[in-house]
Amino acid sequence: MSSTTILNNVEERHIEELDAVTIRFAGDSGDGMQLTGTQFTNTSAVLGNDISTLPDFPAEIRAPAGSLPGVSGFQLNFSNHDIRTPGDAPNVLVAMNPAALKVNLADLDAGGILIVNTDAFNENNLKKAGYAINPLDDDSLSGYRLFKIPITTANRAALRDEVKISSKEIDRCKNFWALGLMYWLYDRPLDSTLNWIEAKFKKNAELVKANITALKAGFAYAEAAELFTTHYRVKRAAIAPGKYRNITGNEATALGCIAASVLAEKPLFYASYPITPASDILHALSSYKNFGVKTFQAEDEIAAMCAAIGAAFAGQLGLTGTSGPGLALKSEALGLAVMTELPVVVIDVQRGGPSTGLPTKTEQADLLQAMFGRNGECPVAIVAPATASDCFAMAIEAFRIATKHMVPVIYLSDGYLANGAEPWLLPKLDELPKFEVKYHTEAAGFQPYARDGETLARPWGIPGTPGLEHRIGGIEKQDITGNVSYDAENHMHMVKTRQEKVDRIANDIPDLEVFGEAEGRLLVLGWGSTCGSITSAVEEMQQQGYSVSSAHLRHLNPFPKNLGELLGKFDRVLVPELNMGQLAMLLRARYLIPAISFPKVKGKPFKISELTAKMKEVYED
Amino acid sequence: MSANIENTNGGNGDAAPVKLTRKDYVSDQEVRWCPGCGDYAILAQVQKVMPELGIKRENTVFVSGIGCSSRFPYYMNTYGFHSIHGRAPAVATGIKASNPELSVWVITGDGDALSIGGNHLIHAIRRNLDINILLFNNRIYGLTKGQYSPTSEFGKKTKSTPFGVIDYPLNPLSVALAAESTFVARSVDTFTTHLQEMVERAMRHKGVSFVEIYQNCNIFNDHAFDMFTERAVKDDRTISLEHGKPLVFGKEKNRGVKMRSDMHLEVVELNDTTTEADLIVHNEKAPDSYLAYMLSRMEYPDYPVPIGVFRDVEKPTYEDLLESQIESAIAKLGPGSLEKLINSGDTWVIE
Ligand code: SF4
Repeated sequence: MSSTTILNNVEERHIEELDAVTIRFAGDSGDGMQLTGTQFTNTSAVLGNDISTLPDFPAEIRAPAGSLPGVSGFQLNFSNHDIRTPGDAPNVLVAMNPAALKVNLADLDAGGILIVNTDAFNENNLKKAGYAINPLDDDSLSGYRLFKIPITTANRAALRDEVKISSKEIDRCKNFWALGLMYWLYDRPLDSTLNWIEAKFKKNAELVKANITALKAGFAYAEAAELFTTHYRVKRAAIAPGKYRNITGNEATALGCIAASVLAEKPLFYASYPITPASDILHALSSYKNFGVKTFQAEDEIAAMCAAIGAAFAGQLGLTGTSGPGLALKSEALGLAVMTELPVVVIDVQRGGPSTGLPTKTEQADLLQAMFGRNGECPVAIVAPATASDCFAMAIEAFRIATKHMVPVIYLSDGYLANGAEPWLLPKLDELPKFEVKYHTEAAGFQPYARDGETLARPWGIPGTPGLEHRIGGIEKQDITGNVSYDAENHMHMVKTRQEKVDRIANDIPDLEVFGEAEGRLLVLGWGSTCGSITSAVEEMQQQGYSVSSAHLRHLNPFPKNLGELLGKFDRVLVPELNMGQLAMLLRARYLIPAISFPKVKGKPFKISELTAKMKEVYED
Repeated sequence: MSANIENTNGGNGDAAPVKLTRKDYVSDQEVRWCPGCGDYAILAQVQKVMPELGIKRENTVFVSGIGCSSRFPYYMNTYGFHSIHGRAPAVATGIKASNPELSVWVITGDGDALSIGGNHLIHAIRRNLDINILLFNNRIYGLTKGQYSPTSEFGKKTKSTPFGVIDYPLNPLSVALAAESTFVARSVDTFTTHLQEMVERAMRHKGVSFVEIYQNCNIFNDHAFDMFTERAVKDDRTISLEHGKPLVFGKEKNRGVKMRSDMHLEVVELNDTTTEADLIVHNEKAPDSYLAYMLSRMEYPDYPVPIGVFRDVEKPTYEDLLESQIESAIAKLGPGSLEKLINSGDTWVIE
């Protein structure tokens, strides 16, 4: 199977070179837009482009067909150079129905390419999308390069006599028809998708044939129709040599947890309750059973946290995963983990809040919940991956900290990292951080709350070890012995000790690195998933000659040791966050600096242009 | 319990097994229940039975929630985890699923297990982990000083219900049976030998074991069970369930329980016309739980209160099924290779 037969018949049409393109596929949630986008992404990645993606799907599984809430979108940015974001605004919009057009048109670049499926622009769909007049008939779209294509009928015509499947199934292939068309337009080979179709539908030869036929028909239509005078080429990017795969944050998180288990030589126990957007981690880990990982779908968030604590007590790498509302439910048990000083990791894939909030949209508003959302003085370590592929490294880091320092660690990912994909330069196994995890086995002189001189960690003595029988629990402990203690002085001592234990992790994490000059007019400080947008925006500013640097926190509790000093080297500190200024608040409290917050809570990542505009404003101020 | 290991005092294998005694299970912590509390008697019986069970002390874990009963693990010289209110079954699930070799015990109370922890209780039971749940039922909140609990009688006046309880109580055994518990039993704090026997039976049952223990709280709900557990009346007001035996009770063994044609249980006098042959024959091994459920509904004063084993059936345990999924995954795919996993999916090479 290859695309060459088709290509051979093509009289060469004009090819235009582009540096980068941002496409958004949009349609009904039943139209398969996520799949279409993912296929285009993989093909582009394999071709050697740098890529970054932003899926955007409705919270409802099947919102009414054709309705505005039912629109599902997938944006990807592919380029011939290093990119870090899915693109501010699409240059190309593929709208499979009126609702998709209505929801997404405002984002399309002026003069951008607009491809619509004219078949879906019937009275019924137009009404559902709230169009009084068909926008294809008036001149409301004249500001765009509009291509009106009858995708549904063209797909039907291509498949009708070729395959023995129902007309409903035929219509379901139209996303591959559209994908084929886009492959021609952007000069992509079909191979990767053809292989995928064959593997995916291998049990149903008719469906293999149908989808392949649709894909090729779309491609052929584009080259035969006089519609497009030009097609486009985005050359491979000059990215670091090595072996790559495409990865989302959730996938990388799951792989990182497996890697931690392999590196620590300790079994992984993942307890979780289904919640968007964290469930994919449960799906992934439950399929890795041959690594000895035990996954437990608990009856609720609290049970998941408690089972992870029980697993940690029993000597496993105890892990639970959730999103914001689930973290709220886990907070009491997290306090128990702090009190019992057990190494558990809690993944929070943040989403828009409060309450149920925006389950499928991204936000970074759980930072203060992670810091303080428990009763009593209850410090935990907090880490946050910066990119989808960084999720792999930071999952390992979370377990390294948890087991070495015997503290619970919260890992703050978010919806954007979780579902967005980027190429991942596959790590070499021998380059992964080594961390040795040892249970305490020596019975003589064992004290459950004895302290390591360097880290203050207590020994991890697990059930099954003769001579270490001991009792732990949520009541205040006497230091060293671990016996129940209501003593006033001891309580103060233990509160300080638990804090000190977390503080000392700062001795064990790397200094914060600066992107750009180490001092100057403006430092832009971010954390978590905003890394791509901030770095790209700062790079643009630097190219324009501004004295702007950035730094990105992946350790949020404790902060890297050099943070205070670094902040002092800039006239202004700008803190863009997808919340109302939570990191900024921590910085002001801790370092007494007038950090300037740049909040955004729209369920979407920062655009580069938003950031550069704000930087200029702050810069001149 | 799967791990059947000889008694040792914690040596490593080659040392000759030393018989442990009750004292070996007594921790160095001072017991802090109110003098006269039924918890003392239960602790004493459990400490007495433990050495007989054939489990290594280091393989024994007691997990509890919050409440008077939940202080229990501190007094056992084994591994112990005094967790948070209602969550002991979830913590125990993590422990047992992680290490099936451990003998895991959950100590809980009526408020802890049936109110705040109700959800965890039913789910731990339905998963059939091989854990032993001992529910100390004193029908009151003790530690918080005397509010009514989910097992307090309708109409009861307590600190939080000066005009009487207006919610209907739960029956712990009925709940356990509805949650498909594979072992269900009941005993009383003061019935020492019976209690020992129930604890031992619970431990020997492979799968979840649920034991309700009537426990007197002499501070906030004194004499709660006296009307049928006092020595003078207990033979006439309780009925000891024995597998394969007809349901006979009474000092003179002259009364019994029979099933009426309308499916109601009826207490009858045995005489020339009504004989043991007319009575229900207890079958703790019945695959369905109807009989056990009906027995669980027998309450004083309408019926003698049943004590003993209501149900004892086998089915695969959660932890065994979990282990076997891992084994078959390894058999099918080979032991996990991180290298392979990282390199899976669509990969490409940039020169
Ligand atoms: S309050 Fe009641 S249950 Fe609690 S220790 Fe005292 S007597 Fe026992």
